[in-house]
Amino acid sequence: MSDLRELYQEVILDHNRRPRNFQKLEGANRTAEGYNPLCGDEITVYLRLEDALIKDVSFQGSGCAISKASASMMTAAMKGKTVAEAEGLFETFHKMVTADLSITFDPLEVGKLAAFAGVREFPVRVKCATLPWHTLHAAIEGKPEPVSTE
Amino acid sequence: MKATKEMAARDRLGERHGPFDVERIRADFPVLRQQVYGKPLVYLDSAATSQKPQVVIDTVAQYYLAENANVHRGIHFLSEQATRAFEGARGKVARFLNASEAREIIFVRGATEGINLVAQSYAKGRLRAGDEIVISAMEHHSNIVPWQILCEQTGAVLRVIPINDDGELLVDDYGALLGPRTKLVSVVHVSNALGTINPVKQIVEMAHSREVAVLIDGAQAAPHLAVDVQALDCDFYVLSGHKVFGPTGVGVVYGKAHHLEAMPPYQGGGDMILSVTFEKTLYNVVPFKFEAGTPHIEGVIGLGAAIDYVTGIGLDTIDAYEHELLVHAADALSGIKGIRVIGTAKEKASILSFVLDGVHAHDIGTVLDQEGIAIRTGHHCAQPVLQRFGLPATARASLAFYNTREEIDALARALHKVVELFG
Repeated sequence: MSDLRELYQEVILDHNRRPRNFQKLEGANRTAEGYNPLCGDEITVYLRLEDALIKDVSFQGSGCAISKASASMMTAAMKGKTVAEAEGLFETFHKMVTADLSITFDPLEVGKLAAFAGVREFPVRVKCATLPWHTLHAAIEGKPEPVSTE
Repeated sequence: MKATKEMAARDRLGERHGPFDVERIRADFPVLRQQVYGKPLVYLDSAATSQKPQVVIDTVAQYYLAENANVHRGIHFLSEQATRAFEGARGKVARFLNASEAREIIFVRGATEGINLVAQSYAKGRLRAGDEIVISAMEHHSNIVPWQILCEQTGAVLRVIPINDDGELLVDDYGALLGPRTKLVSVVHVSNALGTINPVKQIVEMAHSREVAVLIDGAQAAPHLAVDVQALDCDFYVLSGHKVFGPTGVGVVYGKAHHLEAMPPYQGGGDMILSVTFEKTLYNVVPFKFEAGTPHIEGVIGLGAAIDYVTGIGLDTIDAYEHELLVHAADALSGIKGIRVIGTAKEKASILSFVLDGVHAHDIGTVLDQEGIAIRTGHHCAQPVLQRFGLPATARASLAFYNTREEIDALARALHKVVELFG
């Protein structure tokens, strides 16, 4: 079970059980949908964007523990961030779940999201972790078509 | 009833082949002798693809070591050898399905291509706008999308037979769907997502009473049940080689000879012609008319070896043993907290689809994988049937005759761990 605990860290299990910002957002001015056709995961990200600032963000949908916790922790981390900061964090997160195991990440930069570093050891689960982030990115960009991981 | 069936199964096992020795069977499958993450591999994903016995691997290797040549062409020794082996496999498939003639067997890439062949070659020319094709609510995408493409091409309409909460086809509703515009029925024999065994003989009878042809998708049935296309009286039957312990990339269409005679070719190319000029081409006879290009020769020969292997054990023996396994599995899994089995038909083959309260199928799959247990998670290429049950995904353990009761027990133990981790 030790390897599994690398993936399913306590903070991830907690966000899976009690996802934060897991509702439709009243007053959202951007939304985007994301799908993972491989496993049937689907997510809607709601965003209130004002002057390139993320005033509020939430999500709904169904998915595995990794995708749900990723969405939950992403929304928690994104509130109050500028679009530029948000895109920077996405880049760091993406690197963290795909990078070589030898690479370490600055805890100050990634904060609680460091819990997802274990995803690197489970390549088939990377898309679960990144789907919410791709969907948020699409919401920021205002892309009309749904995001797909395939 | 269940006890009687089990006793009958055991009798059959004992009388005809002696006690079913699963360890001896397992010795024929080299891939099963390995460890995954330091644990013995427990392969419960045979509905996705089956493992291959040594004899199939050897037959394919032998073809390349000693027999490789193109078929139906050369007058040299090797080509004759290869052609004899290739056509010998066609005969084996014909006997396996109890087709009346070997020329009723067409080799394709798989069940998917087989359905596309029937859609484009048999059905397309017969359909006018408003005509209807009947399928069921439990079809694999491969028995949905080819018909949707055909509907776009012709203006025909797809009608869907509903199912009940156990995953059984509603036969009365099917009867009501058959109407003056129905031109074809295409139904799965055994559901890959639920395990349901459909009453295909009755489905065929009901369609034939209205002179409607029937295609049966036998991809999941052929590895588990004895199939007799003459007894079923179906017009077409398709299967995939890799699901009956043969190589990937080869499949079969059975079609009644009079249909095949009347159908235009599916693809054009070499081998499917008698003569070609720029003015006029004469097509070859059935079945070659449907086999354009160099076929998957080693795949076909390997499939022949797989069929020999399976018939050597006996489909009745396999059916009986797998039924015992399925009963044991249903019992072992019933003790898991929050489990719900999806697909509880009375007539069911060795597929166990399930969900766990509050745990997504993918998380189940990852935990089981770490225990060396391979299952399928997701929508099983049958999204509409999962939507029918209001589910985005299930976990699916699918059994074959090389699985053991101990492997089922390992599955149950691993599922207890899943509950512990996520509970």
